[in-house]
Amino acid sequence: MTDTARTTTPAPSEVLPAISVRAAGKIFTVAKGAEVQALTGIDLTVAPGEFVSLIGPSGCGKSTLLRLIADLDSATSGEILVFGKTARQARLDQEYGIAFQSAGLLPWRSVQANIELPLELHGVGKAERAARAEELIELVGLTDFRSRFPDQLSGGMQQRVAIARSLAERPKLLLMDEPFGALDEMTRERMQQELVRICSETGAAVVFVTHSIPEAVFLSDRVVVMSPRPGRIVDIVSVDLGAGTSRSDSLRENPAFFAGVTAVREALHGSPVAPLGADLR
Amino acid sequence: MTTTVSAAAMATDPSAGGAGAGRGAAGRSVARSVLPPVVLGVAFLLVWQLAVVAFDIKPYLLPSPTDIVGQIVIVFPLLWSSLLATGLNALIGLVLGGVLAVVLALLASRVTIFDRMIVPIVAAVAVVPIVALAPILNTMFGSTSDTPRRVVVLIVVFAPIFINTLRGLRQVRPVHRDLMRAYAASNWQLTRTVTLPGAVPFIFTGLRIAAPLGVISAIVAEYFGGLQNGLGSRITSAAANSAYPRAWAYVFGAIILGLVFYGVTLLLERLASRRRA
Ligand SMILES: Nc1ncnc2c1ncn2[C@@H]1O[C@H](COP(=O)(O)OP(=O)(O)OP(=O)(O)O)[C@@H](O)[C@H]1O
Ligand SMILES: [Mg+2]
Repeated sequence: MTDTARTTTPAPSEVLPAISVRAAGKIFTVAKGAEVQALTGIDLTVAPGEFVSLIGPSGCGKSTLLRLIADLDSATSGEILVFGKTARQARLDQEYGIAFQSAGLLPWRSVQANIELPLELHGVGKAERAARAEELIELVGLTDFRSRFPDQLSGGMQQRVAIARSLAERPKLLLMDEPFGALDEMTRERMQQELVRICSETGAAVVFVTHSIPEAVFLSDRVVVMSPRPGRIVDIVSVDLGAGTSRSDSLRENPAFFAGVTAVREALHGSPVAPLGADLR
Repeated sequence: MTTTVSAAAMATDPSAGGAGAGRGAAGRSVARSVLPPVVLGVAFLLVWQLAVVAFDIKPYLLPSPTDIVGQIVIVFPLLWSSLLATGLNALIGLVLGGVLAVVLALLASRVTIFDRMIVPIVAAVAVVPIVALAPILNTMFGSTSDTPRRVVVLIVVFAPIFINTLRGLRQVRPVHRDLMRAYAASNWQLTRTVTLPGAVPFIFTGLRIAAPLGVISAIVAEYFGGLQNGLGSRITSAAANSAYPRAWAYVFGAIILGLVFYGVTLLLERLASRRRA
């Protein structure tokens, strides 16, 4: 199960990978010159259209890795390429869309104006902006809320706005840091379903940080399991549950799904674990 | 602070419920907030009047409300023109001081060296005594001009608006900063779309503190000679002539002017926050 090449993934030589991380490391210098080794020796390749989750205990560097790819922080060693460009160039060229754990909406902008924000910043005309926002609002099912303000929305709705915003410029790569972290289980499962659908419709590659094993398995083509001190990749679990469009709620009852969950749990705990452990999240 | 205001705006949002019901609720809440102070004020005036009559207090100590009202009626045209003169000085000083404070706060929030330079200066400006400043400015600009008074107001309102605005500009949430960096937004785009709108409630807090201060300093600045056209000059000349009820009539005008300034800033703040939510 571990690290078997996905049959649908083309060989790296044929297609430029969406993300290529080689021997990347990150050291934070904290107060009084002390250093924190947040990441070490990270190697990861994400193919175009591939859905990859990052999972691991708190503090293992998932967010840091995502921030390095997004060029919100810079790596202290190694190389990070996004669509063959440096992370910085990829950011300047707007090659990715991003969503954080907190929705990060601007409270003084309506739902529609929040979704239009990236388009506005990049000089897209008013009519075109409105048309695109309309599509996205429909996509995330917020048609009746387009002129509402963030504090008039539930947490789940805000998160959907943030996801719509991250999709606004049709990025070929989506970076998401625990976007469903604050949601209840029901909303969360519905959002997962919507995300799978959106991604398979848009064909975007996704790097998705999560703490939930079932979430990672349900969404992903591959699950990257990380471990802390120093942050590193301990295992990459391939999940073969079929294309995103065919993933529905019934999949959660499927033996292949459970096998995936077990494999990720074993990788996380570093040894075989009882299959009926109460904690699936 | 923002949340409470926007919650209130939501409650009276006509699209949320029936428009009539919303307006009725708003009317009731106005009544609830206006009625108690009015009742208290009337009771206070009654006690004042009774005390003056009962204890036979002399007018130079404390004139009765009816005496003062009589004077207000008599001097009304002059009271009105003085009120406008002082009000205009306060307004011009407040607007110029406010714009200067916001612009410099923006600069300080962006340029670290400038920040280090200006903060001690603002601290110094904040403690400048108007009493010392007004006579000097009178000599500088000449005593036939309104400019010294406007400059006094400008200096007095500057510090509270600057300090509050700067605090607001520094409140940018890290997630918004990250987001704007991810969008490769320029510094100016960051300021225009995130930093400045986020600071608006803070700017209004500063303005709410500064507006009454501006009126007070416009009046006090008139105590030090110069043009005899405003409320401050009238109060001093009435008092110098032992016309105490008349002096009190102008004091009443000063109170009204202060309340108008406070009320208008409050109203602007409401409007600004209603646009948000
Ligand atoms: N800006 C920073 N300065 C100093 N140390 C940092 C900084 N950001 C992260 N770290 C450290 O790097 C390590 C990894 O942090 P990171 O936020 O990437 O973990 P994570 O896997 O996302 O955790 P969680 O699941 O709790 O979000 C932690 O030890 C953290 O203390
Ligand atoms: Mg994290």
